[in-house]
Amino acid sequence: MTKQTALYDWHLAHGARMVDFAGWQMPLQYASQLAEHKAVRELAGFFDVSHMRPLDIEGKDARSLLRHALANDVAKLDAHPGKALYSTLLQVDGGIIDDLIVYYRGGDTYRIVLNASGAEADTAHFQKLIDQHAWQVTLSKRPDLGIVAVQGPKARARVADLLQIPALESLKSFTALEQDGFFIGRTGYTGEDGVEIIAANTLLPELAERLLTAGIAPAGLAARDSLRLEAGLDLYGQDMDTSVSPYASNLGWTVDLRDSDRAFMGRSALEAELTRGDGPRLVGIALSAGIPRHGYVLEDAAGTPCAVVTSGIFSPSLQCGIALARVNTPVAAGSILQLVIRGARKPAMVVKPPFWRQGAATFTFAEEC
Amino acid sequence: MSKIPESLRYSSTHEWVEDLGDGRYRVGITDHAQALLGDLVYAEVPEIEKNLQAGTVCGVLESVKAAADLYAPIDGKVLERNEALNDSPQLLNEDPYGQGWMMVVAAESSAYAGLMDAAAYANIAEA
Repeated sequence: MTKQTALYDWHLAHGARMVDFAGWQMPLQYASQLAEHKAVRELAGFFDVSHMRPLDIEGKDARSLLRHALANDVAKLDAHPGKALYSTLLQVDGGIIDDLIVYYRGGDTYRIVLNASGAEADTAHFQKLIDQHAWQVTLSKRPDLGIVAVQGPKARARVADLLQIPALESLKSFTALEQDGFFIGRTGYTGEDGVEIIAANTLLPELAERLLTAGIAPAGLAARDSLRLEAGLDLYGQDMDTSVSPYASNLGWTVDLRDSDRAFMGRSALEAELTRGDGPRLVGIALSAGIPRHGYVLEDAAGTPCAVVTSGIFSPSLQCGIALARVNTPVAAGSILQLVIRGARKPAMVVKPPFWRQGAATFTFAEEC
Repeated sequence: MSKIPESLRYSSTHEWVEDLGDGRYRVGITDHAQALLGDLVYAEVPEIEKNLQAGTVCGVLESVKAAADLYAPIDGKVLERNEALNDSPQLLNEDPYGQGWMMVVAAESSAYAGLMDAAAYANIAEA
Protein backbone atom coordinates (compact mmCIF):
# COMPACT_ATOMS: atom_id res chain seq x y z
CA MET A 1 0.00 0.00 0.00
CA THR A 2 1.63 3.21 -1.10
CA LYS A 3 1.35 6.27 1.10
CA GLN A 4 -0.26 9.56 0.15
CA THR A 5 0.85 13.04 1.15
CA ALA A 6 -1.56 15.67 2.42
CA LEU A 7 -1.57 17.13 -1.09
CA TYR A 8 -2.55 13.91 -2.90
CA ASP A 9 -6.06 15.10 -3.79
CA TRP A 10 -4.70 18.53 -4.69
CA HIS A 11 -2.24 16.97 -7.16
CA LEU A 12 -4.97 14.94 -8.84
CA ALA A 13 -7.23 17.99 -9.04
CA HIS A 14 -4.40 19.86 -10.78
CA GLY A 15 -3.76 17.25 -13.43
CA ALA A 16 -0.66 15.58 -11.99
CA ARG A 17 0.53 12.26 -13.35
CA MET A 18 1.28 10.29 -10.19
CA VAL A 19 3.99 7.69 -9.72
CA ASP A 20 5.11 5.42 -6.93
CA PHE A 21 8.32 6.84 -5.48
CA ALA A 22 9.93 5.15 -2.47
CA GLY A 23 6.53 3.91 -1.31
CA TRP A 24 4.72 7.22 -1.82
CA GLN A 25 2.30 8.37 -4.49
CA MET A 26 4.03 11.48 -5.82
CA PRO A 27 3.43 13.85 -8.75
CA LEU A 28 5.84 13.12 -11.61
CA GLN A 29 4.72 16.11 -13.66
CA TYR A 30 1.66 18.26 -14.21
CA ALA A 31 1.54 19.52 -17.81
CA SER A 32 5.20 19.60 -18.89
CA GLN A 33 8.46 18.81 -17.16
CA LEU A 34 10.27 21.34 -19.35
CA ALA A 35 7.85 24.14 -18.47
CA GLU A 36 8.11 23.30 -14.76
CA HIS A 37 11.91 23.23 -14.96
CA LYS A 38 12.01 26.59 -16.75
CA ALA A 39 9.63 28.18 -14.24
CA VAL A 40 11.94 27.25 -11.35
CA ARG A 41 15.01 28.59 -13.17
CA GLU A 42 13.36 31.84 -14.19
CA LEU A 43 10.73 32.64 -11.56
CA ALA A 44 9.65 30.00 -9.04
CA GLY A 45 7.90 26.69 -8.67
CA PHE A 46 6.83 24.57 -5.73
CA PHE A 47 7.27 20.89 -4.98
CA ASP A 48 5.44 18.62 -2.59
CA VAL A 49 8.32 16.86 -0.85
CA SER A 50 6.26 15.42 1.98
CA HIS A 51 7.70 11.99 1.23
CA MET A 52 10.80 13.30 2.99
CA ARG A 53 10.39 12.77 6.70
CA PRO A 54 11.05 15.11 9.62
CA LEU A 55 12.44 13.44 12.73
CA ASP A 56 12.67 15.45 15.94
CA ILE A 57 15.59 14.64 18.22
CA GLU A 58 15.54 15.88 21.76
CA GLY A 59 17.30 15.23 25.06
CA LYS A 60 20.49 16.01 26.90
CA ASP A 61 22.52 13.59 24.76
CA ALA A 62 21.03 14.63 21.40
CA ARG A 63 24.21 16.48 20.47
CA SER A 64 26.35 13.45 21.41
CA LEU A 65 24.18 11.19 19.26
CA LEU A 66 24.50 13.45 16.22
CA ARG A 67 28.24 14.04 16.68
CA HIS A 68 28.64 10.26 16.72
CA ALA A 69 26.28 9.35 13.88
CA LEU A 70 26.92 12.10 11.34
CA ALA A 71 30.03 12.70 9.21
CA ASN A 72 29.55 16.44 9.49
CA ASP A 73 29.90 18.00 12.94
CA VAL A 74 26.80 19.52 14.57
CA ALA A 75 29.14 21.36 16.96
CA LYS A 76 29.18 23.98 14.18
CA LEU A 77 25.56 24.70 15.04
CA ASP A 78 26.10 25.15 18.81
CA ALA A 79 25.90 28.92 19.09
CA HIS A 80 23.40 29.28 16.25
CA PRO A 81 19.83 28.12 16.86
CA GLY A 82 18.04 27.96 13.52
CA LYS A 83 21.19 26.99 11.63
CA ALA A 84 21.20 23.89 9.44
CA LEU A 85 23.85 21.48 8.23
CA TYR A 86 23.94 18.99 5.37
CA SER A 87 25.54 15.67 6.27
CA THR A 88 25.95 12.09 5.28
CA LEU A 89 25.10 9.26 7.68
CA LEU A 90 27.72 6.52 7.43
CA GLN A 91 28.22 2.86 8.15
CA VAL A 92 31.31 1.81 10.06
CA ASP A 93 32.94 0.96 6.69
CA GLY A 94 32.31 4.50 5.42
CA GLY A 95 29.42 3.51 3.10
CA ILE A 96 26.63 6.09 2.92
CA ILE A 97 23.41 5.07 4.69
CA ASP A 98 21.64 8.31 3.78
CA ASP A 99 22.09 12.04 3.33
CA LEU A 100 20.14 14.54 5.38
CA ILE A 101 19.75 18.07 6.66
CA VAL A 102 19.87 18.66 10.40
CA TYR A 103 18.48 21.85 11.96
CA TYR A 104 19.45 23.04 15.43
CA ARG A 105 16.44 24.36 17.30
CA GLY A 106 18.20 25.58 20.43
CA GLY A 107 18.75 23.84 23.78
CA ASP A 108 18.91 20.07 23.28
CA THR A 109 16.61 20.06 20.29
CA TYR A 110 17.30 19.15 16.66
CA ARG A 111 15.19 18.36 13.63
CA ILE A 112 16.39 16.11 10.84
CA VAL A 113 14.81 15.67 7.42
CA LEU A 114 15.35 12.19 5.96
CA ASN A 115 14.90 10.69 2.51
CA ALA A 116 11.69 8.72 2.01
CA SER A 117 13.49 5.50 1.20
CA GLY A 118 15.65 5.55 4.32
CA ALA A 119 13.45 7.20 6.94
CA GLU A 120 12.40 4.03 8.76
CA ALA A 121 15.82 2.37 8.72
CA ASP A 122 17.60 5.61 9.67
CA THR A 123 15.32 6.10 12.66
CA ALA A 124 15.97 2.52 13.77
CA HIS A 125 19.71 3.15 13.31
CA PHE A 126 19.59 6.22 15.57
CA GLN A 127 17.53 4.34 18.16
CA LYS A 128 20.04 1.50 18.19
CA LEU A 129 22.89 3.95 18.86
CA ILE A 130 20.87 5.59 21.64
CA ASP A 131 20.28 2.22 23.27
CA GLN A 132 23.90 1.09 22.88
CA HIS A 133 25.22 4.20 24.58
CA ALA A 134 22.35 4.54 27.07
CA TRP A 135 21.92 8.12 25.86
CA GLN A 136 19.02 10.24 27.00
CA VAL A 137 17.48 11.10 23.68
CA THR A 138 13.91 10.96 22.43
CA LEU A 139 13.18 10.46 18.73
CA SER A 140 9.83 11.69 17.48
CA LYS A 141 8.61 10.83 14.02
CA ARG A 142 6.35 13.54 12.66
CA PRO A 143 3.67 11.97 10.46
CA ASP A 144 1.57 15.05 11.22
CA LEU A 145 3.95 17.24 9.20
CA GLY A 146 4.49 17.65 5.48
CA ILE A 147 6.99 19.64 3.43
CA VAL A 148 6.62 22.00 0.48
CA ALA A 149 9.74 23.33 -1.28
CA VAL A 150 9.40 26.68 -3.05
CA GLN A 151 12.36 27.21 -5.36
CA GLY A 152 13.46 29.85 -7.85
CA PRO A 153 14.92 33.35 -7.99
CA LYS A 154 11.60 34.90 -6.87
CA ALA A 155 10.62 32.13 -4.43
CA ARG A 156 11.71 33.67 -1.15
CA ALA A 157 10.27 37.13 -1.83
CA ARG A 158 6.94 35.67 -2.92
CA VAL A 159 6.68 33.42 0.14
CA ALA A 160 7.63 36.30 2.45
CA ASP A 161 4.82 38.32 0.95
CA LEU A 162 2.31 35.50 0.90
CA LEU A 163 2.85 34.40 4.51
CA GLN A 164 3.47 37.93 5.78
CA ILE A 165 6.89 36.98 7.14
CA PRO A 166 9.24 39.83 6.13
CA ALA A 167 12.12 38.19 8.06
CA LEU A 168 12.35 35.69 5.22
CA GLU A 169 13.84 38.42 3.03
CA SER A 170 16.97 38.49 5.21
CA LEU A 171 17.06 34.81 6.17
CA LYS A 172 20.55 33.43 5.66
CA SER A 173 21.28 30.37 3.58
CA PHE A 174 20.95 27.08 5.50
CA THR A 175 19.04 28.78 8.30
CA ALA A 176 15.45 28.30 9.42
CA LEU A 177 12.88 30.41 11.21
CA GLU A 178 9.65 29.32 12.87
CA GLN A 179 6.49 31.39 12.78
CA ASP A 180 2.72 30.82 12.72
CA GLY A 181 3.10 27.05 12.55
CA PHE A 182 5.53 27.21 9.65
CA PHE A 183 9.11 25.96 9.97
CA ILE A 184 10.89 27.57 7.01
CA GLY A 185 14.46 26.75 6.03
CA ARG A 186 16.41 28.47 3.28
CA THR A 187 17.44 25.21 1.66
CA GLY A 188 16.61 23.31 -1.49
CA TYR A 189 17.56 20.80 -4.13
CA THR A 190 17.44 22.77 -7.37
CA GLY A 191 20.49 25.03 -7.33
CA GLU A 192 18.18 28.04 -7.03
CA ASP A 193 17.46 30.18 -4.03
CA GLY A 194 14.32 29.20 -2.15
CA VAL A 195 12.81 27.73 0.96
CA GLU A 196 11.53 24.44 2.27
CA ILE A 197 8.42 24.86 4.41
CA ILE A 198 7.59 22.24 7.01
CA ALA A 199 4.04 22.56 8.31
CA ALA A 200 1.09 20.60 9.64
CA ASN A 201 -0.49 18.44 6.94
CA THR A 202 -3.75 20.30 7.54
CA LEU A 203 -2.15 23.58 6.43
CA LEU A 204 -0.69 22.29 3.17
CA PRO A 205 -3.64 22.26 0.73
CA GLU A 206 -4.40 25.90 1.53
CA LEU A 207 -0.70 26.78 1.20
CA ALA A 208 -0.55 25.09 -2.22
CA GLU A 209 -3.62 26.98 -3.36
CA ARG A 210 -2.21 30.30 -2.16
CA LEU A 211 1.13 29.65 -3.90
CA LEU A 212 -0.70 28.93 -7.13
CA THR A 213 -2.76 32.09 -6.76
CA ALA A 214 0.49 34.03 -6.22
CA GLY A 215 1.72 32.81 -9.62
CA ILE A 216 3.91 29.95 -8.39
CA ALA A 217 3.00 26.76 -10.24
CA PRO A 218 3.55 23.22 -8.96
CA ALA A 219 6.45 21.16 -10.32
CA GLY A 220 6.86 17.40 -10.16
CA LEU A 221 9.58 14.87 -9.44
CA ALA A 222 10.68 14.87 -13.09
CA ALA A 223 11.58 18.58 -13.00
CA ARG A 224 13.09 18.12 -9.54
CA ASP A 225 15.44 15.52 -10.99
CA SER A 226 16.60 17.61 -13.96
CA LEU A 227 17.05 20.67 -11.72
CA ARG A 228 19.09 18.83 -9.08
CA LEU A 229 21.30 17.19 -11.68
CA GLU A 230 22.08 20.53 -13.37
CA ALA A 231 22.97 21.77 -9.88
CA GLY A 232 25.34 18.79 -9.54
CA LEU A 233 23.52 17.39 -6.50
CA ASP A 234 23.58 13.67 -5.73
CA LEU A 235 20.43 11.58 -5.49
CA TYR A 236 20.56 8.93 -2.80
CA GLY A 237 20.14 5.40 -4.15
CA GLN A 238 21.35 6.46 -7.58
CA ASP A 239 24.60 8.45 -7.23
CA MET A 240 25.47 7.07 -3.80
CA ASP A 241 24.52 4.22 -1.51
CA THR A 242 26.02 1.99 1.16
CA SER A 243 28.67 0.68 -1.27
CA VAL A 244 30.44 4.04 -1.67
CA SER A 245 32.00 6.62 0.64
CA PRO A 246 31.49 10.40 0.64
CA TYR A 247 34.91 10.78 -1.05
CA ALA A 248 33.70 8.58 -3.91
CA SER A 249 30.49 10.62 -4.14
CA ASN A 250 31.68 14.24 -4.43
CA LEU A 251 30.62 14.66 -0.80
CA GLY A 252 34.01 14.85 0.90
CA TRP A 253 33.02 18.31 2.08
CA THR A 254 30.40 16.77 4.39
CA VAL A 255 33.13 14.94 6.32
CA ASP A 256 34.49 16.99 9.22
CA LEU A 257 37.70 15.46 10.61
CA ARG A 258 38.94 18.52 12.48
CA ASP A 259 38.07 17.41 16.02
CA SER A 260 40.37 14.42 16.38
CA ASP A 261 38.49 13.30 19.50
CA ARG A 262 35.24 12.89 17.60
CA ALA A 263 35.11 9.17 16.77
CA PHE A 264 32.07 9.34 14.49
CA MET A 265 30.82 6.26 12.67
CA GLY A 266 32.89 5.56 9.59
CA ARG A 267 35.75 7.82 10.63
CA SER A 268 38.52 5.22 10.74
CA ALA A 269 37.44 3.79 7.37
CA LEU A 270 37.47 7.27 5.81
CA GLU A 271 40.90 8.04 7.26
CA ALA A 272 42.23 4.78 5.85
CA GLU A 273 40.72 5.71 2.48
CA LEU A 274 42.49 9.09 2.59
CA THR A 275 45.77 7.37 3.42
CA ARG A 276 45.37 5.01 0.45
CA GLY A 277 44.89 8.04 -1.77
CA ASP A 278 43.30 7.70 -5.18
CA GLY A 279 40.04 5.81 -5.47
CA PRO A 280 36.69 6.15 -7.20
CA ARG A 281 35.32 9.67 -7.63
CA LEU A 282 32.02 11.11 -8.79
CA VAL A 283 32.54 13.63 -11.60
CA GLY A 284 30.33 15.55 -13.97
CA ILE A 285 30.37 14.90 -17.70
CA ALA A 286 28.82 16.92 -20.51
CA LEU A 287 28.32 16.06 -24.18
CA SER A 288 27.53 18.32 -27.11
CA ALA A 289 26.00 15.33 -28.94
CA GLY A 290 24.29 12.40 -27.26
CA ILE A 291 22.41 11.90 -24.01
CA PRO A 292 24.01 9.94 -21.17
CA ARG A 293 21.83 7.54 -19.18
CA HIS A 294 22.18 5.61 -15.93
CA GLY A 295 24.48 2.61 -16.45
CA TYR A 296 26.19 3.83 -19.63
CA VAL A 297 29.95 3.20 -19.70
CA LEU A 298 32.73 5.72 -20.37
CA GLU A 299 36.08 4.79 -21.89
CA ASP A 300 39.43 6.52 -21.62
CA ALA A 301 41.67 7.49 -24.55
CA ALA A 302 42.98 3.91 -24.74
CA GLY A 303 39.44 2.53 -25.09
CA THR A 304 39.44 1.03 -21.59
CA PRO A 305 36.25 1.35 -19.55
CA CYS A 306 36.96 3.84 -16.75
CA ALA A 307 33.59 5.13 -15.51
CA VAL A 308 29.87 4.43 -15.26
CA VAL A 309 27.07 6.99 -15.45
CA THR A 310 25.04 7.14 -12.23
CA SER A 311 22.53 9.82 -13.33
CA GLY A 312 22.13 11.18 -16.85
CA ILE A 313 19.69 13.51 -18.55
CA PHE A 314 19.24 15.94 -21.37
CA SER A 315 19.70 19.24 -19.55
CA PRO A 316 16.80 21.59 -20.29
CA SER A 317 18.80 24.69 -19.28
CA LEU A 318 22.04 23.79 -21.09
CA GLN A 319 20.39 21.99 -24.02
CA CYS A 320 22.93 19.18 -23.95
CA GLY A 321 23.51 15.84 -22.28
CA ILE A 322 24.89 15.97 -18.72
CA ALA A 323 25.57 13.29 -16.15
CA LEU A 324 27.21 12.33 -12.92
CA ALA A 325 29.58 9.42 -13.46
CA ARG A 326 31.73 7.40 -11.13
CA VAL A 327 35.32 7.14 -12.40
CA ASN A 328 37.60 4.36 -11.13
CA THR A 329 40.32 6.86 -10.31
CA PRO A 330 40.44 10.69 -10.20
CA VAL A 331 40.19 12.44 -13.59
CA ALA A 332 40.85 16.15 -14.11
CA ALA A 333 38.12 18.53 -15.22
CA GLY A 334 38.46 19.21 -18.93
CA SER A 335 39.59 15.66 -19.74
CA ILE A 336 37.83 14.04 -22.68
CA LEU A 337 36.36 10.55 -22.26
CA GLN A 338 34.25 8.56 -24.71
CA LEU A 339 30.66 7.73 -23.75
CA VAL A 340 29.37 4.50 -25.27
CA ILE A 341 25.80 5.10 -26.51
CA ARG A 342 24.18 2.07 -28.14
CA GLY A 343 27.56 0.97 -29.47
CA ALA A 344 28.65 4.42 -30.73
CA ARG A 345 31.32 6.51 -28.99
CA LYS A 346 30.67 10.19 -28.26
CA PRO A 347 33.21 12.63 -26.75
CA ALA A 348 32.30 13.56 -23.18
CA MET A 349 34.05 16.32 -21.27
CA VAL A 350 34.72 15.98 -17.55
CA VAL A 351 33.16 18.90 -15.66
CA LYS A 352 33.36 19.79 -12.01
CA PRO A 353 29.73 19.92 -10.78
CA PRO A 354 27.56 21.99 -10.79
CA PHE A 355 26.81 22.32 -14.49
CA TRP A 356 24.54 25.33 -14.00
CA ARG A 357 24.85 28.12 -11.48
CA GLN A 358 23.11 31.47 -11.10
CA GLY A 359 21.58 31.50 -14.52
CA ALA A 360 24.54 30.31 -16.57
CA ALA A 361 26.57 27.26 -17.56
CA THR A 362 29.70 26.70 -15.46
CA PHE A 363 31.75 25.38 -18.40
CA THR A 364 32.30 25.66 -22.13
CA PHE A 365 32.90 22.69 -24.39
CA ALA A 366 36.45 21.93 -25.49
CA GLU A 367 36.98 22.03 -29.27
CA GLU A 368 37.08 18.24 -29.61
CA CYS A 369 33.56 17.84 -28.15
CA MET B 1 -8.04 10.22 -22.02
CA SER B 2 -5.74 10.23 -25.03
CA LYS B 3 -6.75 10.94 -28.61
CA ILE B 4 -7.09 7.93 -30.93
CA PRO B 5 -8.26 9.01 -34.41
CA GLU B 6 -10.69 6.58 -36.10
CA SER B 7 -9.03 7.03 -39.48
CA LEU B 8 -5.70 5.45 -38.47
CA ARG B 9 -4.49 1.97 -37.62
CA TYR B 10 -2.30 1.07 -34.66
CA SER B 11 0.41 -1.29 -33.42
CA SER B 12 0.66 -2.80 -29.95
CA THR B 13 3.94 -0.85 -29.58
CA HIS B 14 2.01 2.45 -29.74
CA GLU B 15 2.68 3.64 -33.27
CA TRP B 16 -0.04 4.82 -35.63
CA VAL B 17 -0.09 4.13 -39.38
CA GLU B 18 -1.95 6.20 -41.96
CA ASP B 19 -2.78 4.88 -45.45
CA LEU B 20 -1.63 7.52 -47.97
CA GLY B 21 -2.55 5.39 -51.01
CA ASP B 22 -0.25 3.77 -53.61
CA GLY B 23 1.35 1.50 -51.00
CA ARG B 24 2.65 4.48 -48.97
CA TYR B 25 2.03 4.70 -45.24
CA ARG B 26 2.82 7.49 -42.78
CA VAL B 27 3.98 6.46 -39.30
CA GLY B 28 4.10 8.23 -35.96
CA ILE B 29 3.69 7.59 -32.24
CA THR B 30 0.31 7.81 -30.54
CA ASP B 31 -0.89 10.52 -28.20
CA HIS B 32 -0.86 7.89 -25.45
CA ALA B 33 2.81 7.09 -26.17
CA GLN B 34 3.96 10.71 -26.18
CA ALA B 35 2.16 11.35 -22.88
CA LEU B 36 3.90 8.37 -21.28
CA LEU B 37 7.31 9.38 -22.58
CA GLY B 38 7.05 12.99 -21.41
CA ASP B 39 8.80 15.93 -23.07
CA LEU B 40 10.82 14.52 -25.94
CA VAL B 41 14.21 16.07 -26.65
CA TYR B 42 15.71 13.77 -29.27
CA ALA B 43 14.36 11.45 -31.95
CA GLU B 44 16.44 9.03 -34.00
CA VAL B 45 14.31 7.92 -36.96
CA PRO B 46 15.61 5.23 -39.37
CA GLU B 47 17.46 6.26 -42.53
CA ILE B 48 15.73 6.45 -45.89
CA GLU B 49 15.89 3.09 -47.75
CA LYS B 50 16.15 1.18 -44.50
CA ASN B 51 14.09 -2.02 -44.41
CA LEU B 52 11.83 -2.28 -41.39
CA GLN B 53 10.55 -5.39 -39.72
CA ALA B 54 7.37 -5.06 -37.68
CA GLY B 55 7.89 -5.33 -33.94
CA THR B 56 11.64 -4.73 -34.04
CA VAL B 57 13.58 -1.69 -32.83
CA CYS B 58 14.22 0.86 -35.58
CA GLY B 59 15.12 4.02 -33.69
CA VAL B 60 15.23 5.85 -30.37
CA LEU B 61 13.07 8.44 -28.66
CA GLU B 62 14.65 10.30 -25.76
CA SER B 63 12.98 12.43 -23.13
CA VAL B 64 14.85 14.47 -20.53
CA LYS B 65 14.91 11.50 -18.21
CA ALA B 66 14.83 8.35 -20.32
CA ALA B 67 15.61 6.74 -23.65
CA ALA B 68 12.91 4.57 -25.22
CA ASP B 69 13.14 2.26 -28.21
CA LEU B 70 11.14 3.11 -31.30
CA TYR B 71 9.54 0.04 -32.89
CA ALA B 72 8.56 -0.48 -36.51
CA PRO B 73 4.79 -0.97 -36.63
CA ILE B 74 4.83 -2.63 -40.03
CA ASP B 75 7.16 -4.43 -42.48
CA GLY B 76 8.35 -2.01 -45.14
CA LYS B 77 10.99 0.34 -46.49
CA VAL B 78 11.56 3.94 -45.37
CA LEU B 79 10.73 6.47 -48.13
CA GLU B 80 10.74 9.75 -46.20
CA ARG B 81 11.70 10.98 -42.74
CA ASN B 82 10.38 13.99 -40.90
CA GLU B 83 13.55 16.09 -40.77
CA ALA B 84 11.74 18.74 -38.70
CA LEU B 85 12.07 16.42 -35.70
CA ASN B 86 15.86 17.00 -35.65
CA ASP B 87 15.39 20.58 -34.51
CA SER B 88 11.92 20.29 -33.01
CA PRO B 89 11.44 16.93 -31.28
CA GLN B 90 8.71 18.58 -29.20
CA LEU B 91 6.44 18.22 -32.27
CA LEU B 92 6.08 14.60 -31.19
CA ASN B 93 4.43 15.85 -28.00
CA GLU B 94 2.54 18.79 -29.39
CA ASP B 95 1.06 17.23 -32.52
CA PRO B 96 1.69 13.47 -32.57
CA TYR B 97 -0.77 12.77 -35.41
CA GLY B 98 0.18 15.81 -37.49
CA GLN B 99 3.48 17.70 -37.55
CA GLY B 100 5.00 15.07 -35.28
CA TRP B 101 4.85 12.30 -37.91
CA MET B 102 8.10 10.32 -38.11
CA MET B 103 8.39 8.63 -41.49
CA VAL B 104 6.65 7.43 -44.62
CA VAL B 105 7.18 3.77 -45.53
CA ALA B 106 6.39 1.57 -48.51
CA ALA B 107 4.44 -1.46 -47.30
CA GLU B 108 1.94 -4.09 -48.34
CA SER B 109 -1.75 -3.37 -47.85
CA SER B 110 -2.15 -6.78 -46.20
CA ALA B 111 0.33 -5.75 -43.50
CA TYR B 112 -1.62 -2.52 -42.96
CA ALA B 113 -4.88 -4.47 -42.74
CA GLY B 114 -3.36 -6.62 -40.00
CA LEU B 115 -2.93 -3.63 -37.65
CA MET B 116 -5.46 -2.74 -34.95
CA ASP B 117 -8.30 -0.33 -35.53
CA ALA B 118 -8.92 2.58 -33.14
CA ALA B 119 -11.32 0.63 -30.93
CA ALA B 120 -8.90 -2.28 -30.49
CA TYR B 121 -6.01 0.08 -29.75
CA ALA B 122 -8.13 1.99 -27.22
CA ASN B 123 -8.41 -1.25 -25.23
CA ILE B 124 -4.61 -1.43 -24.99
CA ALA B 125 -3.96 2.26 -24.40
CA GLU B 126 -6.55 2.57 -21.68
CA ALA B 127 -5.94 -0.77 -19.98
